[in-house]
Amino acid sequence: MQGSALAAAVAQTGLVQAAPPDPDAARDALTGSFSIVINSAPHQMTVDTRVTLLDLLRERLMLTGTKKGCDHGQCGACTVLVNGRRVLSCLSLAVMHDGDHVTTVEGLAEGHGPDAKLHPMQAAFLEHDGFQCGYCTPGQICSAVGMLDEWRNGAPSLVTDDLSAHPELSPAELHERMSGNICRCSAYPNIAEAILAVSREGA
Amino acid sequence: MKSFSYMRARDVTEATRAAQRPGSKVIAGGTNLLDLAKLSIERPSALIDVNRIPGLKEIRRLPDGGVRIGALVTNADLAAHPLIREHYPLLSRAILAGASGQIRNMATTGGNLLQRTRCVQFYDTSDRCNKRAPGSGCGALDGANRMNAIVGGSASCIAVHPSDMAVAMRILDAVVETTDAHGAHRRIPIDDFYVLPDAAPQHETVLTPGEMITGVSLPAPPQGMQSYRKVRDRASYAFALVSVGAIAAVEEGHFTRVRFAFGGIAPKPWRIEAAEAALRGKPRNAQAISTACDIALAGAAGHGDNDFKIALAHRTLIAVLGA
Ligand SMILES: Cc1cc2nc3c(=O)[nH]c(=O)nc-3n(C[C@H](O)[C@H](O)[C@H](O)COP(=O)(O)OP(=O)(O)OC[C@H]3O[C@@H](n4cnc5c(N)ncnc54)[C@H](O)[C@@H]3O)c2cc1C
Ligand code: SF4
Ligand code: FES
Ligand code: FES
Repeated sequence: MQGSALAAAVAQTGLVQAAPPDPDAARDALTGSFSIVINSAPHQMTVDTRVTLLDLLRERLMLTGTKKGCDHGQCGACTVLVNGRRVLSCLSLAVMHDGDHVTTVEGLAEGHGPDAKLHPMQAAFLEHDGFQCGYCTPGQICSAVGMLDEWRNGAPSLVTDDLSAHPELSPAELHERMSGNICRCSAYPNIAEAILAVSREGA
Repeated sequence: MKSFSYMRARDVTEATRAAQRPGSKVIAGGTNLLDLAKLSIERPSALIDVNRIPGLKEIRRLPDGGVRIGALVTNADLAAHPLIREHYPLLSRAILAGASGQIRNMATTGGNLLQRTRCVQFYDTSDRCNKRAPGSGCGALDGANRMNAIVGGSASCIAVHPSDMAVAMRILDAVVETTDAHGAHRRIPIDDFYVLPDAAPQHETVLTPGEMITGVSLPAPPQGMQSYRKVRDRASYAFALVSVGAIAAVEEGHFTRVRFAFGGIAPKPWRIEAAEAALRGKPRNAQAISTACDIALAGAAGHGDNDFKIALAHRTLIAVLGA
């Protein structure tokens, strides 16, 4: 592409703003440096401050297991675990994660390649056929792992009748706790079966 | 998204000083600010990350039997905290009625109070909106307004404050604690914290530039049954059409003490103390509750799509307070 055509195309994406007076100073101000551990591997990064944790994973580190559905917090496809808790990587800036430990769907299994041992949640999704197209699956699996931890730690949900008791993970509890993960294929029955199976293993 | 500089604040002084500069914004969980920044509705030139400031993630018991909640306590941690579950179940339930498990793990107490409206035209940058673009008009008054307010709005704006947590905090007489860029501290009752839109809907709270929420304190809870009921288009992960929070004590079929407030119908949590007073000593029946609701909703008017909210508010209050 010609230089001017490229500039015009880039301008239309809105990614480049009016040039500030001192380009070097501006570049320093508009990037951020941080260290982050992703699936046990430490990284030292310097990125544009606008890069979300989701885009850091997918576009910089090529960890494309984590999916972008809506990019606005409405679907759960981008769910990852940060310091063990499930969060939406699309509504978080990469620079905010200095020192954090992130686990994506790629990091749940033990080991790599053909010898890898799947995480029990991954194995259960396979066994119970907890997907159709698979697009929501990485988010569902990460969310389910985080959700079971919350439940085991005694966190209540909206449908918990007695807030002082540790609720059973009934189907109603499970549906409410997983409501942040939308499945466009509506594979919900098998997703729920897979998660319930893991919850009963008590692993 | 417009470019912005980014800074990790080490303490409240550093944060408030930096946040005071024009174009600067504090970022906590980021779940509302980044959503809006991606749509160019918020256009910060500098983000001040307050997440690493020590001491703002604590929940502690106060000598008077109340509780103080740090501004950075997440919605998930607050709802699950033993003190809150035991003494303020209304607050736990209101929080758990909002957003999703993932979002509640990120969303903070301060950020939740300051989240912006979900008005459709506020989100649509091609439409008119006095809140987003002061002076451009209000696209909701004569447009889609199913999610909009029936009370408390004005001829310039009928936006709803979407927080569930804030409704519970209003009933619990929460006090918002702040620090400004000069180091001055304020304790602002939550009802005074929010301002109605009148002619300037871009002003939503009494916070001054750079002023930061450091925490929220709740007095000891009043006696009575606490409940929160949220009516919405799907059973979970949706904003309220109407919600009702209440604390009610009943003796021999009569209300002795009642507090109630609505969410989803006004620019701030809608609690009218005169309506509560009207229920004191009254029998616990639909007629008495409906009369109190009339007082709370005095002057209420629908704008077309949201006409149903007046009747829905009555029915929801009766369902919550009735026998
Ligand atoms: C899909 C979706 C569904 C949702 N559903 C619901 C729902 O049903 N009910 C509900 O109540 N909420 C709902 N929410 C909103 C959610 O609760 C808020 O986005 C969240 O509480 C905001 O908190 P935060 O910490 O992420 O704020 P941020 O996004 O970090 O900040 C929000 C605003 O507050 C300011 N701010 C933050 N902290 C401070 C501070 N300490 N001092 C001064 N200023 C501060 C920021 O500058 C910004 O202007 C939903 C959100 C999404 C994305
Ligand atoms: S109701 Fe308020 S937020 Fe909605 S379009 Fe009108 S001015 Fe904007
Ligand atoms: S991509 Fe993050 S919630 Fe949809
Ligand atoms: S399997 Fe297709 S979106 Fe869930």
